[in-house]
Amino acid sequence: MEKFDRLTGVAAPLPLVNVDTDKIIPKQFLKTIKRTGLAEGLFYEMRFDEAGKPKPGFVLDQPAYKNAKILVTGENFGCGSSREHAPWALLDAGIRCVIAPSFADIFYNNCFKNGILPIVLPAEQVDLLMDDAQRGANAVVTVDLEKQEITGPDGGILHFDVDAFRKHCLLNGLDDIGLTQQKADKIAAYEARQRTSQPWLNP
Amino acid sequence: MAQPRTLFDKIWDSHLVDRQDDGTCLIYIDRHLVHEVTSPQAFEGLRLAGRKVHRPEAALAVADHNVPTTDRSHGIADTESRIQVETLASNCADFGVPFVAMDDVRQGIVHIIGPEQGFTLPGTTIVCGDSHTSTHGAFGALAFGIGTSEVEHVLATQTLIQKPAKNMRITVEGARPLGVTAKDVILAIIGRLGTAGGTGHVIEYAGPAITDLCLEGRMTVCNMSIEAGARAGLIAPDETTFAYLRGRPMAPKAGRWEAAVAYWRTLPSDQGAAYDKDVRIAAGDIEPQVTWGTSPQDVVPVSGRVPDPAAVADDAKRQAMAQSLSYMDLTPGTAMRDVRIDKVFIGSCTNGRIEDLREVAAVVEGRAVADGVYAMIVPGSGLVKNQAEEEGLDKIFRAAGFDWREPGCSMCLAMNADRLEPGERCASTSNRNFEGRQGRGGRTHLMSPGMAAAAAVAGRIADVRELSR
Repeated sequence: MEKFDRLTGVAAPLPLVNVDTDKIIPKQFLKTIKRTGLAEGLFYEMRFDEAGKPKPGFVLDQPAYKNAKILVTGENFGCGSSREHAPWALLDAGIRCVIAPSFADIFYNNCFKNGILPIVLPAEQVDLLMDDAQRGANAVVTVDLEKQEITGPDGGILHFDVDAFRKHCLLNGLDDIGLTQQKADKIAAYEARQRTSQPWLNP
Repeated sequence: MAQPRTLFDKIWDSHLVDRQDDGTCLIYIDRHLVHEVTSPQAFEGLRLAGRKVHRPEAALAVADHNVPTTDRSHGIADTESRIQVETLASNCADFGVPFVAMDDVRQGIVHIIGPEQGFTLPGTTIVCGDSHTSTHGAFGALAFGIGTSEVEHVLATQTLIQKPAKNMRITVEGARPLGVTAKDVILAIIGRLGTAGGTGHVIEYAGPAITDLCLEGRMTVCNMSIEAGARAGLIAPDETTFAYLRGRPMAPKAGRWEAAVAYWRTLPSDQGAAYDKDVRIAAGDIEPQVTWGTSPQDVVPVSGRVPDPAAVADDAKRQAMAQSLSYMDLTPGTAMRDVRIDKVFIGSCTNGRIEDLREVAAVVEGRAVADGVYAMIVPGSGLVKNQAEEEGLDKIFRAAGFDWREPGCSMCLAMNADRLEPGERCASTSNRNFEGRQGRGGRTHLMSPGMAAAAAVAGRIADVRELSR
């Protein structure tokens, strides 16, 4: 996983609530057996018509936001299915940070596994960033994970909270599985206990 | 004396492998369901890192999302779908994971076959790369959906890195009125909580209107916990649970059964256990429910009308509602019962079990699908299909004009060939009415199997109670 320490980039506004994972990436793109190349499916139905022709106007297709690295959006972002294709598609399109008043649990968790930082801020602060993000290519925002600070285009600073362990993993680009495998002895001890306490779980 | 604990607390505590100083926990996963859509990248990850599956026998794999629900003797026509299903089969063979093939009678939707096989057991932790894993909470198992990275983590280590969820209890008091089913109860709950009301929580469902339900109904309730934002739903195991499990192929056998049941009886929440949120709902106030919008929280009683965005004060919510109504092509104030439909979909991990099909048969027997309506029934598994055919339900369905199909996820998410065309309106027993969910431009109204059957017969959204016999 790619490290996340400090990110500076254009923030794109997506002022919608309850953006579900079907909307982030519809089902026809879930047939892949790869993690890459999913950007073409990102927000597909908002960007392309039924014949597959580009629909003008979607925020990430506008010249000012083509290279956006941050998405500012509404509450309950990422609700619905567990598809990790949603963060994979965002990542493939260059988005490394999503800022919203709230996220759905599974999507939120999936972001951290892919080097994307999801930031929860109070609605009033998201509104401020949304206004900033409307300024197009001038909407350059810096996210510093170590300091847990967002610096807006005018230099204003917002503080954000993040789970300490997740922060540690993102800052260092750590592989969860590798970390867990260091606890192999504890897992083995648990399995031994369970074989005695709940023998019916082991056919 | 020990602190009173909830059902969730007990399962959590009994699966703790390690707890770090920062509160991050490593929990053991007893059961892992695997399907073709969210697993290929996980197996690929194992391969790239040279890792093995830690405990293959703790997993059970089946293809369900991409499978055709028509004749399968010639395989899958769509190349990408076929490759994905074949990839699951070869990954399972390579890593030694038990796999139920498409031509096996046990094949079906992952959340239907787990319980059917007795793979799902009380007091266990169950995960799957699928948000509707919450279904298995109906047995008093802590069951939740995970992403593909976590699928890989479970395959490699049989554990997950987690923090404990908050406890929420929803007590549904009193008896369900006639014609009000498990689906109506959970839709009414989602309408009340909202689509994010359960975020960060595990919901324990309690009260007589829940414990009165058969296991199939309990699964319907727990299944849609995710639609209220909760990753998991739970119902305490009881005699109904034990009766359902006894004799299932993978359930504990005689000799171990008694010890298992004795343990399962210790699982229900203790008197006085604390909940972070405690919600009470009167079953008597619940009518058959139907959705009008593009979120499962957009729900009204069937006697209700399409709501008016003008009555909503909050800007973002008003705009979202207006956008929903525009997508759904509905005018505020329209009676739900005046909304005509084009298609009916009966099936899914929410409502593809035998009880659901019986509910449909009771409504449509001796009646016919309305002119101009296409209605399909997709059983949740090969075993559900066989059971329905043994009971003669297929004859009732066919005589009424329903298409009786092979098992799979089908038009719940339209990954296979079953889908809505742009502009088509569907009465559906599935779980999500998101824009484009059942096919681009398709319009979904969620409801119970009985209500979907009534809609098929009436050609419009109808009150199943008026068709009851």
